[in-house]
Amino acid sequence: MSYVAIKGGGQAIKGAADVLEYLRCKGAESEASLKIAQIENQLGGLHSRVLSEGGLYDPELVSLAIKQSRGDSFEAVYYLRAYRSTRPRLGQTPRLKTENMRLIRRISSAFKDIPGGQNLGPTPDYSQRLFRFDLLDESDEAFRQQLKNLMKKACPEAPVPDSFPKVVDFLRTEGLLPPKQVSQMPAFDITREPLIFPVSRGAGLSVMARSETGSILALAYSSMRGYGDVHPTIAELRVGYVPICYQHPSSKKWIEAGEVLITECEVVASHELDPESGQAFFTLGYGVCMGHNEAKAISMAILDRSLQHGQTHGIEHPSEDPEYVLMHIDSIDSMGFAIHYKMPHYVTFESDIDRLNKSQQAIQKEENSK
Amino acid sequence: MSESTQAMPTQTTRSEGYHFGFLDEYAKREVRRSILKAIAIPGYQVPYASREMPMTRGFGTGGLQLTLSVIGTADCLKVIDQGSDESVNAVNIRQFVEETCPGVTSTTRTQAASIIQTRHRIPEHKLTEDQLLIFQVPYPDSLVVVEANEHKRKIMHGEADYSSLWVKLYEDIVEFKEITLSHRYPTRIFQHYVIDPSPIPRFDVPKLHQADFLSLFGAGREKKIYAVPPYTDAVPLAFEDIPFRVEHFETEAGQQACCAVCGCSNAYLERSYAPDGSVVFSCSDTDFCEQYRSDPTALVRYKYYESL
Repeated sequence: MSYVAIKGGGQAIKGAADVLEYLRCKGAESEASLKIAQIENQLGGLHSRVLSEGGLYDPELVSLAIKQSRGDSFEAVYYLRAYRSTRPRLGQTPRLKTENMRLIRRISSAFKDIPGGQNLGPTPDYSQRLFRFDLLDESDEAFRQQLKNLMKKACPEAPVPDSFPKVVDFLRTEGLLPPKQVSQMPAFDITREPLIFPVSRGAGLSVMARSETGSILALAYSSMRGYGDVHPTIAELRVGYVPICYQHPSSKKWIEAGEVLITECEVVASHELDPESGQAFFTLGYGVCMGHNEAKAISMAILDRSLQHGQTHGIEHPSEDPEYVLMHIDSIDSMGFAIHYKMPHYVTFESDIDRLNKSQQAIQKEENSK
Repeated sequence: MSESTQAMPTQTTRSEGYHFGFLDEYAKREVRRSILKAIAIPGYQVPYASREMPMTRGFGTGGLQLTLSVIGTADCLKVIDQGSDESVNAVNIRQFVEETCPGVTSTTRTQAASIIQTRHRIPEHKLTEDQLLIFQVPYPDSLVVVEANEHKRKIMHGEADYSSLWVKLYEDIVEFKEITLSHRYPTRIFQHYVIDPSPIPRFDVPKLHQADFLSLFGAGREKKIYAVPPYTDAVPLAFEDIPFRVEHFETEAGQQACCAVCGCSNAYLERSYAPDGSVVFSCSDTDFCEQYRSDPTALVRYKYYESL
């Protein structure tokens, strides 16, 4: 009766875990175990991506998630999200002041020069993607020497200011953008409240900030290619560390709890009539995410603009539909449902067979009676 | 079900490992409040935040959050997937609850369980008032087959406007001579909301009607909780001249099929293929099958199936 019994599930799970663990340890005869600190630095791109999609700012746990999942970004995000579920929410910080960001990079594609200056920072944008074959066999010594050489060159020419002005504020002063409106609504916490459509812009931004990079990029790209009408220019893209302030629950003193690495992007798009003043202004799209993820922040800014466009002009494209965009960009939702199809569906498939059989019989009967 | 001993607020540090029931107590309280609302409005989908679980969305995380939010040390848990306690996903979920809820016992015997978490089946043995059935739900909304937009669906539910669903059933009959919906059969609860009863076969739908037990449905990915309270009408959509019919299992010769293991002919059967290619039917509910073989008198059935 072996073909009808589904037994030994527990053993099978254990076996699968062992094989997976074997793959992680494979090569241990000659290779060292990956160090947590190595992941944050040497796999920084993956680290930043998982950090932002995981929605938990804990660089060490992000590294652990990547190590444990063997670099599968979807799986790594699961570890962080699941761990986050065990943490209660203790409070809320005031709005982050990104003007005070400790910058590592800041550019504007709208103006040749901006007050505070363009600062290319760490970007592969203008590097030629040619292999450095010497890295195939880089010795620890050469690795250390490389750092020493770089540090010799590094000496700041002038003290770095504490604050850099925002390009969009100049545009406001120039009257190219409408005056700033500060939302009085409390922040919408997507980890504590379900999305019930229609949702606020803030809720949408939160979902996009945590979204899967490839998914949000694909939807933004559809808008850029013609399934949309945004035509963005990057007013400013900045990457750096923002201080997080928090009021101590017992002493009530304001403390700086630490700083987080974020990427922020503001795009300026086609002008529209402002319903209040009747004046024409450029429109704005905003993107921000944890870690250093520029394609994601830019995509988010474009989608923020296209969603707003859909609200004022009616929905013409998927990228303008809040439900379409916001419900299909979460890493663990989409990946989870895709892989759930691997689970047994014997019961439902038997039921499908029953429907097909009955339908076939009914059609046959009708044919025969003709 | 039994009182949780932990007082709020509770959290553990990284080195202490995980809290009883994995979720923090605030999360459990939110789920329990949503459950109460779901029971108060039978069939209504209550939105909730839905925490991420350490297993894949789509593998029963909605059901799992319900289980973890109500379970206490006095409970005895049974987990089934496709009717089987031994299916890998059922084993995985059971092990997870055992590990994160020390003191909770588990069983494969339907009668012994106080909480049953299930995917795709309702046990054949009749459940009692003392038992709680928790469903894992992929699609919580019965209207999704006719309307993709959730905001519009919400309005349709509020107005009990199921006309497009009726039209879909009618068009099925015109085109295929049969209603094509095989499982997840739309079922009207307490004369108002039409629910998706999760991917249970049509065979199991009559078990929900005026049931002795409470059914809770959890959709983790879609972030909804809904309920069919005990002794509540649960009526599958059907036409006067085209009655609702459950699955019927026939052998290749056109005979009534029966389980190759226990011989039962009025339980839900699944087919598999013997080495010679012939079709073999067996019970999907493995605990029922085992009891049917050893002591059928211990089993209580729902009236509906006695005449099948």
